[in-house]
Amino acid sequence: MAFAAFGTSTAATEQAPRRRSPVAIILLLPGLAYLALFFLAPLVSLVITSLQAPVEFGDVGQYQAAFQIENYAKVIQDYWPHFLRAFGYAIAATFFALIISYPLAYFIGVKARPWPLLQAVMLTLVIAPFFISFLLRTLAWKQLLSDDSAIATLLKNLTILPADGHITGTAFSVIFGLTYNFIPFMTLPIYTTLERLDTRYLEAGSDLYASPATTFWRVTLPLSMPGIVSGTLLTFIPASGDFINASASFLGSAQTQMVGNVIEAQFLNLLNYPLASALSVILMGLILLIVGVYVRRSGTEDLL
Amino acid sequence: MAIGGFAEAGADLELVGISKRFPGFTAIDDLDLTIPAGSFFALLGPSGCGKTTTLRLVAGLETPTVGRILIGGKDVTDVKSFKRPVNTVFQSYALFPHMTVLENVAFGLRRRGIADPVGKAHEALRLVELDHLAARKPQQLSGGQQQRVALARAVVNRPALLLLDEPLGALDLKLRRQMQLELKSIQSEVGLTFLHVTHDQEEAMTMADTVAVMNHGRIEQMGAPEELYELPKTAFVANFLGQSNLFTGPVTNSGGSSIVVDIAGVAVEVPRERAQRHAGTVTIGVRPEKLMLHTSAPAAKAGTNVLGPGRVTDVSFSGVSTQYQIAVLGIGLVTVFAQNMVFGPVVNLGAEAWVAWSVEHGFGLADEPEHAPKFSPDTDTATIAAQTRHELLAEIEES
Repeated sequence: MAFAAFGTSTAATEQAPRRRSPVAIILLLPGLAYLALFFLAPLVSLVITSLQAPVEFGDVGQYQAAFQIENYAKVIQDYWPHFLRAFGYAIAATFFALIISYPLAYFIGVKARPWPLLQAVMLTLVIAPFFISFLLRTLAWKQLLSDDSAIATLLKNLTILPADGHITGTAFSVIFGLTYNFIPFMTLPIYTTLERLDTRYLEAGSDLYASPATTFWRVTLPLSMPGIVSGTLLTFIPASGDFINASASFLGSAQTQMVGNVIEAQFLNLLNYPLASALSVILMGLILLIVGVYVRRSGTEDLL
Repeated sequence: MAIGGFAEAGADLELVGISKRFPGFTAIDDLDLTIPAGSFFALLGPSGCGKTTTLRLVAGLETPTVGRILIGGKDVTDVKSFKRPVNTVFQSYALFPHMTVLENVAFGLRRRGIADPVGKAHEALRLVELDHLAARKPQQLSGGQQQRVALARAVVNRPALLLLDEPLGALDLKLRRQMQLELKSIQSEVGLTFLHVTHDQEEAMTMADTVAVMNHGRIEQMGAPEELYELPKTAFVANFLGQSNLFTGPVTNSGGSSIVVDIAGVAVEVPRERAQRHAGTVTIGVRPEKLMLHTSAPAAKAGTNVLGPGRVTDVSFSGVSTQYQIAVLGIGLVTVFAQNMVFGPVVNLGAEAWVAWSVEHGFGLADEPEHAPKFSPDTDTATIAAQTRHELLAEIEES
């Protein structure tokens, strides 16, 4: 066996050091300027606002520069249940969206491959809700789930729902609304990875004594991780900051308020900009933390 | 089916009346095939002949439209692929990209709950001399290395039947030779039954005990490589397996130990037992390397067929031998391979030449004459190049 001769010939050739070219920097400039102007500057302004203190004897909504770190302590003390709810609802919605989207994406991306027309129609159907305003669709659900709607009546008749029970205004309806609204964001990335899934790997799995369930668990699922990770991020991040579904004028009630609702109220109704900013900074920090841990744990840093 | 443990020995494979129809075409047409346990069997044919479909049927990745598949005497037609004692080395390798080389090789062992999967995987990797790369991902390996991993991943399971789907297609010539020898030695060491699908006639002939030549979903001829080469029964086999000079003519005498065929006025003899048909118009043939080239008319001798005179229209030197094309009046082009016993070509372009061969080297085909080509050149590149050159020269001469 003379294979050894070929064994060592695998060392990759070192890449030549890249030449520094001013062209790359010039091409990057507009993007960098955009980021600095519309992301970095507002972020700095947000942090500065979050530390402001009210102007003494001033009007409502008048604040001055300060270093009032107590703002943070105060919002955590007052609103920790809203944070908990925001992340709880977002995680639940992400989970349900994943459970619903994965089989759907698998069907469109793998099973429907022999019928491109069917694939196109189903993809269009996934995207179709985007053509109608997010607010209108959520309001429509409010109607469908309202106390005297057919759904609620049916559930009451079946005694699943108590006679004086509601669907809207509960944690259920908020999670339902979040799940519904973010399903396309989950489905599309998963579809993109599954659409590229080489079914020959599945045949190899079957050839190597793996049952369809084992093949799915050991081969299909790991290979679709990039899609799952981007889908869950695209759902979880906006869902945890969402303030529409949980709002009392949509599917929520006073008992289902999320951080997004508090920020909205502080900013627009109470004009308490420092508290709203502090809430935003904390929310952003927590999302970054959760996402960072998640991406690290899922082991897909190099796949993203 | 005992997939819980290693196969003690290879199992025989039996295909009974297998047909596989896809919408619009028939991939396999009423195929019967028996492969004895422990043999190295090659299924040879051009692309689209149904050989890969046959392999996929045996692996359980397709179900036959009609017919039964038996492995080791047990009917597995309705057994799912993951329950069959069969492993495949895929043409595309299909190594799991998210697993290391080691995990790829251990995959089948883990699924069957065999003890010490990691140790056995290392052992299999040592067999293909890749154990030092066990921790790498498949995409970090070269094509040849991936191929060997795919082989290790299949062989480590000690299947009763190992299926090889053109596994050496992506390798360069040198590595391919090594892998051929390696496969052969693994096969005889382990005693497994190998079913090897390939379109490479040389590979099939050097590796297999038995070769079946497949065309249009049917097996044209099956036998030991030498037997197939020396005595092809159809024009397809005669030209797919090596090259042949084929001539068609009426049988004028079939009384003796050989039949006499009239080829453009020349009586050509073929041994009776080497001819499939003994009456009417038949196609006979002879391998190019069996022909002797003469620069003057050879004396008529019993037991020798002579065609000529003809003109040498092409000489192409290929190292070991030289290929001559000789245009014989009324017959067409005859191809001769001559060993290079002396330096340079023995005859020059344009020279007058006769070809002769021993009667016992001729063979008669079973094809109906109307289907059989008078002379059908092999599709091998040297011949095509030679003919293109010939046509070009003719064109230049005309203008």
